[in-house]
Amino acid sequence: MADIALAPRRAKTEIREATAWEQLRHNRNWLGFWFMLPAMAFLIFFLAYPLGLGIWLSFTDTRIGRVGHFIGTENYEWLWDDAIFWLSVFNTLIYTFIASAIKFAVGLYLALLLNERMPFKALLRAAVLIPFIVPTVLSALAFWWIFDSQFSIISWSLKHLGLITQNINFLGDTTWARICVIFANIWRGVPFVAITLLAGLQTVQPSLYEAATLDGASRWQMFRFITYPLLTPIIAVVMTFSVLFTFTDFQLIWAMTRGGPVNATHLMATLSYQRAIIAGQLGEGAAISSAMIPFLLAAIMVSWFGLQRRKWQQGESND
Amino acid sequence: MSSVQIRDVRKSFGNFEVLHGVTIPIEDGEFVVLVGPSGCGKSTLLRMLAGLENITSGTISIGDRVVNNVQPKERDIAMVFQNYALYPHMTVADNMGFSLKLRGAKPEEISTGVKRAAEILALTPLLDRYPRQLSGGQRQRVAMGRAIVRDPQVFLFDEPLSNLDAKLRVAMRTEIKELHQRLRTTTVYVTHDQIEAMTMADKIVVMHDGIVEQMGSPLELYDKPENQFVAGFIGSPAMNFLKGQVKVNGAAYFEGPNGVKLPLASAPANSDGKPAVYGVRPEHFTIADDGAEAEIVVVEPTGSETQVFAKLGGEQVVAVFRERHLFNPGDKVRLKPDPGLVHLFDDSTGKRLNS
Repeated sequence: MADIALAPRRAKTEIREATAWEQLRHNRNWLGFWFMLPAMAFLIFFLAYPLGLGIWLSFTDTRIGRVGHFIGTENYEWLWDDAIFWLSVFNTLIYTFIASAIKFAVGLYLALLLNERMPFKALLRAAVLIPFIVPTVLSALAFWWIFDSQFSIISWSLKHLGLITQNINFLGDTTWARICVIFANIWRGVPFVAITLLAGLQTVQPSLYEAATLDGASRWQMFRFITYPLLTPIIAVVMTFSVLFTFTDFQLIWAMTRGGPVNATHLMATLSYQRAIIAGQLGEGAAISSAMIPFLLAAIMVSWFGLQRRKWQQGESND
Repeated sequence: MSSVQIRDVRKSFGNFEVLHGVTIPIEDGEFVVLVGPSGCGKSTLLRMLAGLENITSGTISIGDRVVNNVQPKERDIAMVFQNYALYPHMTVADNMGFSLKLRGAKPEEISTGVKRAAEILALTPLLDRYPRQLSGGQRQRVAMGRAIVRDPQVFLFDEPLSNLDAKLRVAMRTEIKELHQRLRTTTVYVTHDQIEAMTMADKIVVMHDGIVEQMGSPLELYDKPENQFVAGFIGSPAMNFLKGQVKVNGAAYFEGPNGVKLPLASAPANSDGKPAVYGVRPEHFTIADDGAEAEIVVVEPTGSETQVFAKLGGEQVVAVFRERHLFNPGDKVRLKPDPGLVHLFDDSTGKRLNS
């Protein structure tokens, strides 16, 4: 017995080495890679590559029709001393802050309203989505017309009511222009906030409100102690997206004011487009765009911490 | 603590009436169980008592006060929900103290109240946990704790045990009963499980299709069901019903299906030849030489007892024996109902005929 076990036997048949191609085809680890490939390719070509290219361009003096050279941080140094750039940063921050805050307030209010029992509920919920469905450029054109210096329906109405004597120069006055674009952005952005928060509200068990009623909570206390805390996770998500969309807004401004009057409504996105595409300074435009990245990262960090699972969401779920 | 009077209460949703005039007197400190099949209106009645549904007509009073138009929070009641309705973002302590907080109680007052309730329910080590971190039974106890903290006049329970597994349900049943014996707070408890009703109640109210079929102590309902519905609903396994006729031919007896002869202690007056339903509980069968012949279909030993399904006059009946019988399917046995313990019901109205 021992002899047999100890004597190593010669392998009878020679095992053919698998070729590299066969390994790629049959190895389970490679198989995983193949399945991942389409998604990875998509991300690389449409997200990573443009982002990388944009950042690279911001370090060159590329112009339309001319290959650029690496010039280090010259574009950024140039922007540092550019008052219009800083104005656009200021505009973007104001635009984002005011529009997001109002979108949140109005969206939450609408969501709470639509969560009530009322007639034609489904119809009203659908109606709220309308501003979201209309193409941005189309709604921007409508607002452009509403805020037109001569044919504005608002000026016309107010004049006929006898409240004003002269047309308001909505898009020609710096303050008015800012108010108008922010208004248009809010009009477009509210449905997204409202519908998402409404979805969040509907996940709150009705029996919690019944329990709170018996516990003696008023309507405000129910909102303050039950609805709002239970809604915070979804508020964090929706406001992150809302802030990102608002900060990078381009279409609405470009269709309504093109950054005017006197750059009062120029956002970083519109300024970047103007410098890169209209003026042909791709490098400089890319630098303005790249300058948005730190702000966006900051917004994402805020939401990252806001999105952390709260303590009460952790633990076992037995139901 | 106080009594509760429910007088001729009706409830309609639109044109659809779900409660057709319900009157239930509940004494101070009593444990009343509303029991009935799904859709009988028992939960609706409880929610009306809580103030979560309005009362279409009739009155509900708690103590001496008619509460029809009193806000839920002013009714001085506490309710335990089927799904517990614990606030997921609050700790156990906050959940329990929420009502006191809303009432504007001082922090020390809240923590004393919460601690007292936590001690009663052995929840003290769990006070800092969130509902998600608790087991089903613990959540159930927190829901009860929330009710106890308020020290209400009346406790309301809406099927509180139906989300628990069978073993825990039995344990919590005892716990709730023990709690009631300790606190003696008037309690109204809704369930569809007749065993829960039998084991816990001082008084059972059997409801069916929006009316009260019968109310009384558990053993009253078991021994003398007023109608066929209550007879079939209370008791497990359910009572056997056999259709046939009362015969008074010298001695009274009951002629069951296919002429099977079943004993009667006495016949109701003028009932010769009257069609009726003969009801006998599974545990009231004995095996006797003068019994009716039956053929065994299935035998289910549970250890403590043996359940036997048999064909009696062509109808399937179930009998339960404390002693162990070694029957085989197809065996013939002679089953004899205890004549003193059988029930007779009117064939058409289902009302009880014998006293």
